[in-house]
Amino acid sequence: MAIADLANPTRFLKFADRTIPWLGGLTVIVFAYGIDQAMLAPDDYQQGATVKIMFLHVPSAWLGMLGWGVMSVAALGTLVWRHPLADVAAKAAAPIGAAFTLLCLVTGSLWGRPEWGTYWVWDARLTSELVLLLLYLGVIALWRTVEDPSRAARAAAILTLVGAIDLPIIKFSVDWWNTLHQGASVFRIGGSTINSSILIPLFIMAAAFTLLFFTLHLAAMRNEILRRRVRTLRLMQASAVS
Amino acid sequence: MTALTAILIRDMRIAVRVGGGALIGVLFFLVVVTLIPFAVGPNLPLLKQIGPAILWLAALLASLLALDRLFAADHEDGSLDLILTGRAPLEFVVATKGLAHWLTTGLPLVIAAPLIGLLLNLDAPAEITLVLTLLVGTPALTFIGLIGAAIAVTLRRGGLLLAVIVLPLTVPVLIFGVAAANTVGPVPFGTPFTILCALTLASLVVGPFAAAAALRQEME
Repeated sequence: MAIADLANPTRFLKFADRTIPWLGGLTVIVFAYGIDQAMLAPDDYQQGATVKIMFLHVPSAWLGMLGWGVMSVAALGTLVWRHPLADVAAKAAAPIGAAFTLLCLVTGSLWGRPEWGTYWVWDARLTSELVLLLLYLGVIALWRTVEDPSRAARAAAILTLVGAIDLPIIKFSVDWWNTLHQGASVFRIGGSTINSSILIPLFIMAAAFTLLFFTLHLAAMRNEILRRRVRTLRLMQASAVS
Repeated sequence: MTALTAILIRDMRIAVRVGGGALIGVLFFLVVVTLIPFAVGPNLPLLKQIGPAILWLAALLASLLALDRLFAADHEDGSLDLILTGRAPLEFVVATKGLAHWLTTGLPLVIAAPLIGLLLNLDAPAEITLVLTLLVGTPALTFIGLIGAAIAVTLRRGGLLLAVIVLPLTVPVLIFGVAAANTVGPVPFGTPFTILCALTLASLVVGPFAAAAALRQEME
């Protein structure tokens, strides 16, 4: 089956129905292995057991950004090809991305309490993550305000793309504004500063989170297509009655 | 070109006549600044320290005020359809409307800022940097706001949504505007000020294109 065939919503539903159980099963297996490895990983000499929070915190931060990336690609699909499936993909990704961003903020503040002595500081990374959450919530609010789905999709697509331009600027301006959070430590020139005993479980957890994201995204897209069909049927029913 | 001039003059006339609201922005600016000392106390050294930040925040909120009507009013009376079918490129029309909005909302704020700054105990150097940063930064607020105004054009209660989607996007402008306006801080004036100029120039380009794209999508 070619990728282009999936553009048909009915074929996509079939594909989703077949894929979701396998993807979900794989997610569970990778999570089981990842959590096991994360629990076996040694405690940090400074942070003690709180370093375990990082196995949730770092992947959810990545996935929060990936969510906006998925939405931006889908936004291009909406604006360039006018494809309803792209609308559905963008709409389904927004709440998932927002949830991962919130998870990142919550785990971060739970980690910050013992390590920095406070739940919240107005530090660069925390602040840009918070602004990312606000942008997600703005897009979701837009989706919920416009009644007609395809019009909502186009409005949200433009906001998503503007956000994609603005997010790096926000990131860099907030960096410049104030900083306490440690700098990049996983991907940096000269290799990672993290010991492999923690880095390997972290990557397994990141893989598990990514699988979880795409499982949830596929399921949410399926639900959204079904929801739209129900809406169309209701509209037809209503017009038949009158 | 004459069409754009006509739109500029028309928009500015509408803004200053009855039902417009150009000077309400300045009044709102004054009211917000007046409320701050009631909230934080009439402590002059403290007000002097946070004064530029307060004025910037008030200017940010005031420039949002007239924004939700910018395209919505034209949509209701049908002139937006004329603009869309007209020969003038939509991007230029949108930029012209943004210019008219800035001239009637942003520029009065810049002119009023030094007077209102006196209430917050700002001294002469602080006043000068404040006016410079507002002069350079308020166009960015207008042109980022254009995008939100275009997205919310067909919504009945677009105003609140507009604020929610536009304000997060203005974070960089606020950061560099206040950083440049703060004369007491450790940061020199030049660096944040030039970045503020860059942000304004970038928003002058991105704003009209995104807003025009949104209008085309919305009005089909």
